[in-house]
Amino acid sequence: MKTSNALWKASLQGRLPQPLAAEIDKFESEILLKQQGKMEDKVFAETRLRRGSYGQRYDNGQRHDGKESRQISFPSVHTKGPGTLWDAPGMQRIKIPYGGLNAAQLETLAELSEEYSDGIAHVTTRQDIQLHFVHIEDTPALMRRLAAVGITTREACGNTVRNVTGCPIAGVCRTEAFDVTPYAHAMTYFLLGHPDTQNFGRKFKVSFSGCAEEACALAHIHDIGAVAVVREGKRGFAFYVGGGLGTVPQQAKLMSDFVPEEELLPLAQAIGRVFARLGEKKNRNTARLKFVIQKIGLDEFKRVVAEERRTLTPDPRWTDYLKDVAAYREEPGKPAGLLQISGPADGEFDRWRQTNVYRQKQSGYATVTVTLPLGDITADQLRALAVIARRYTKETLRSTVEQNLVLRWVSERDLPALYAELKAAELALPGAGTIVDVVACPGTDTCKLGISASRGLAAELRSRLMAKGYELEEAIRGLHIKISGCFNSCGQHHVADLGFYGVSRNKNGYTVPHFQLVLGGKWEENAGAYGLAIGAVPSKRIPETVDRITSRYLAERQAAESFHAYAKRIGKAALKAMIDDLAFVPPHDSDAGYYVDWSDAREYTIGDIGIGECAGEVVTPIEFQLTACEREAFEAQLALEDGQVAQAAHLAYESMRNAALALLGWRLTPHDGTPDGIVAAFKTAFYDTEYFFDPFTGGKFAQYYFAAHEQRHQTYDAEQAHRLIEETQLFIEASHACYGRLSAQKVAA
Amino acid sequence: MDIQHFRVKLFATPGSRPHLGSAIPVFHRWIQESRVPETTIDVSNYDHVPSGPGIILVCHEAIYGLDEGKGRLGLVYNRRTALEGTVEDRLRQALGAAEAAAALLEQEPEFAGQLRFDRNSWEVVVNDRALAPNTDATWTALAPVIQKVFDSRIGAGGYSVERSRDPRDLFTATISAA
Repeated sequence: MKTSNALWKASLQGRLPQPLAAEIDKFESEILLKQQGKMEDKVFAETRLRRGSYGQRYDNGQRHDGKESRQISFPSVHTKGPGTLWDAPGMQRIKIPYGGLNAAQLETLAELSEEYSDGIAHVTTRQDIQLHFVHIEDTPALMRRLAAVGITTREACGNTVRNVTGCPIAGVCRTEAFDVTPYAHAMTYFLLGHPDTQNFGRKFKVSFSGCAEEACALAHIHDIGAVAVVREGKRGFAFYVGGGLGTVPQQAKLMSDFVPEEELLPLAQAIGRVFARLGEKKNRNTARLKFVIQKIGLDEFKRVVAEERRTLTPDPRWTDYLKDVAAYREEPGKPAGLLQISGPADGEFDRWRQTNVYRQKQSGYATVTVTLPLGDITADQLRALAVIARRYTKETLRSTVEQNLVLRWVSERDLPALYAELKAAELALPGAGTIVDVVACPGTDTCKLGISASRGLAAELRSRLMAKGYELEEAIRGLHIKISGCFNSCGQHHVADLGFYGVSRNKNGYTVPHFQLVLGGKWEENAGAYGLAIGAVPSKRIPETVDRITSRYLAERQAAESFHAYAKRIGKAALKAMIDDLAFVPPHDSDAGYYVDWSDAREYTIGDIGIGECAGEVVTPIEFQLTACEREAFEAQLALEDGQVAQAAHLAYESMRNAALALLGWRLTPHDGTPDGIVAAFKTAFYDTEYFFDPFTGGKFAQYYFAAHEQRHQTYDAEQAHRLIEETQLFIEASHACYGRLSAQKVAA
Repeated sequence: MDIQHFRVKLFATPGSRPHLGSAIPVFHRWIQESRVPETTIDVSNYDHVPSGPGIILVCHEAIYGLDEGKGRLGLVYNRRTALEGTVEDRLRQALGAAEAAAALLEQEPEFAGQLRFDRNSWEVVVNDRALAPNTDATWTALAPVIQKVFDSRIGAGGYSVERSRDPRDLFTATISAA
């Protein structure tokens, strides 16, 4: 940590907005109290999370180095949360409301990334910026420097209203109803620190989109998704509620097709109060708003929200901002102009312009996307971009959910000069929004929950696809690849053309990194459809998987058929058949590369438990049985695809039960063979003992099985069956993981 | 000025053509075999970032990196925690750590014959704008320290010192042996 932290407090005294200064002072005191042992771990953990200071992988001091699990000997004996060591570096999340940034903010982010982190600022899938490897004692100084340029980290994590996201081309978009920026801004600061948003059992996410057709703000994956609508000349929003990805993805439901603008904030406040009152508080696995809506139904939810709305004391902030909305407009830095092409053709510029330049609705202006590989940008690049933003625009920048930055209001006449400057800063990579622009969450690089190396895979795919460059057909170039390191979907794999999430498999006596392939998702229409996993493939064979599927699509597509439509037409069975042979993992002694994840050199493990020396072990019956369960879950998908909803639900339940049976059989646990008896035996042997528990999700996946058992005679609708299949897949993944953990312990013993 | 947090970069020689990713197994091995004195944590790969930090070995006290910053390949030692002693002692520590790591890297089989570091040029950075903004005042305070350290290493008058003038940069001086 820096010895100069106190200097920043002194030098920035009186230069910070008072509420932010007070908030940071308070946090600094809490850090001191924690060091003095006057604060409980749990309380301090939530307080730092609410300031965006997150844990990072290995912060419990344990790390497997490829040979053995070893203790990291940090000097301090203090902790900053349960099982989280004081000196372990953490991640600092920085909220960037609707992605809006200016040049001074870029420069500050550059300084902070150099001085407190590893020289990289990372743009996330929620338009935030994250810095990694930050020491907790540096965070108050870091926060003060951010506050000095108008940025807060308050409520960036924890059970709070997270960064309010918004369409990065709001105000310049050719298809929007109107510019949602002032509404996103008002919502951000209305809900920030609002007393009605401080007692949530889980996080709460809000997004604003200017139109229904595009994907820019992904309204359907949010707790509140507001989509701009004009009705009879009046502004308002189609208002969606209860969406979310994560382990149990749920598309947001339309609560109202038109909420007038003056009702936007009070409605959000009323929903916050209902969520605080009815949302689950003890079991975080069922604590998101979607579970409240699932439990009481949308109609009842609407009723209680309306009732809550009536009780609210009027707040002038609900409408004060509206008087400025009509006049709100970003100004260009330079006069509009048309692109003048002179001299010989520049292929590189043309290719960049084709993918990275968006013609604004304002004639003569364009929005330029700065493609950031894996969302990463260096301090030098941030500074260079600040200069460019000042030179060509009035510093009108935004971050995007595709982990890029955009420069708005660039005069088209300036595009060649701007391109040259971006190129000099190595920021002129083409391919924005195409298949090479792979999105990935941090995964095993830094995330405690990561199972497989999402960034490693993303870098590999990006590099291979870039090498093919413009040999790729137009239809392939337009596809989206999104990768999550685990089932939690921070990489938004459910809404990609080709989605992947990390899982592990026990093969040949070793744990092998894999990714589940998720198909059927739709990025467009604000995340219009969620995909389902069709099969796990070893990490090292994912590039082959992408090649094979895209080649087949290209060969078999009809006319201008989209990938989503193609996948739907040929069906999941045919898609799965394309990749079945890729599931094969050669023995360790013939190709050890399969047992090491991308961007790593260590033999793969899950957690810090070594797999021991059981090379050469034959495939055990349980491995066959769990594989059969995956097949059954897949058959459930096929039934659902075919409209056989009841059969789909039945098959999903059966495959869960068979996975439980496989574990019981492996451990030689007696049971009477009846559905009730299997559940009871499983509960005693695996749930009550916590053998089935995941270190981070606890017994959540076992509860899916218990719930499915309880509800096995109920009639499912298609959405419920879809969810049950999703839960089944997670239960089977957890069964694989449980088997892996217990067998490793057995070997270690 | 009680300056801390020196960052030292040794540049690779012009003929060096290593595969950057080869540093991943090397740094993991350094963790396994405790090859550096710091408390090692993990390895991060930024090979995908042009002119970026490359491959880094994150430790509690410092970050080592096979770095491509500003388009120049080199070995970086970036001190993160404070050190006792004088400012000269701290600069000497960072120089020593960078040179020791450079020597280790050159010997690794993954880089055999492909990676050499120039021992006649050092980029010295103070990674702390509060303690050492890139100003004339910092230069005035730090120049005697640099002089003392490099006089003892190279000999008085045997080197030149060039300073970055961009106030947005961290304080940076490049020392080149004659």
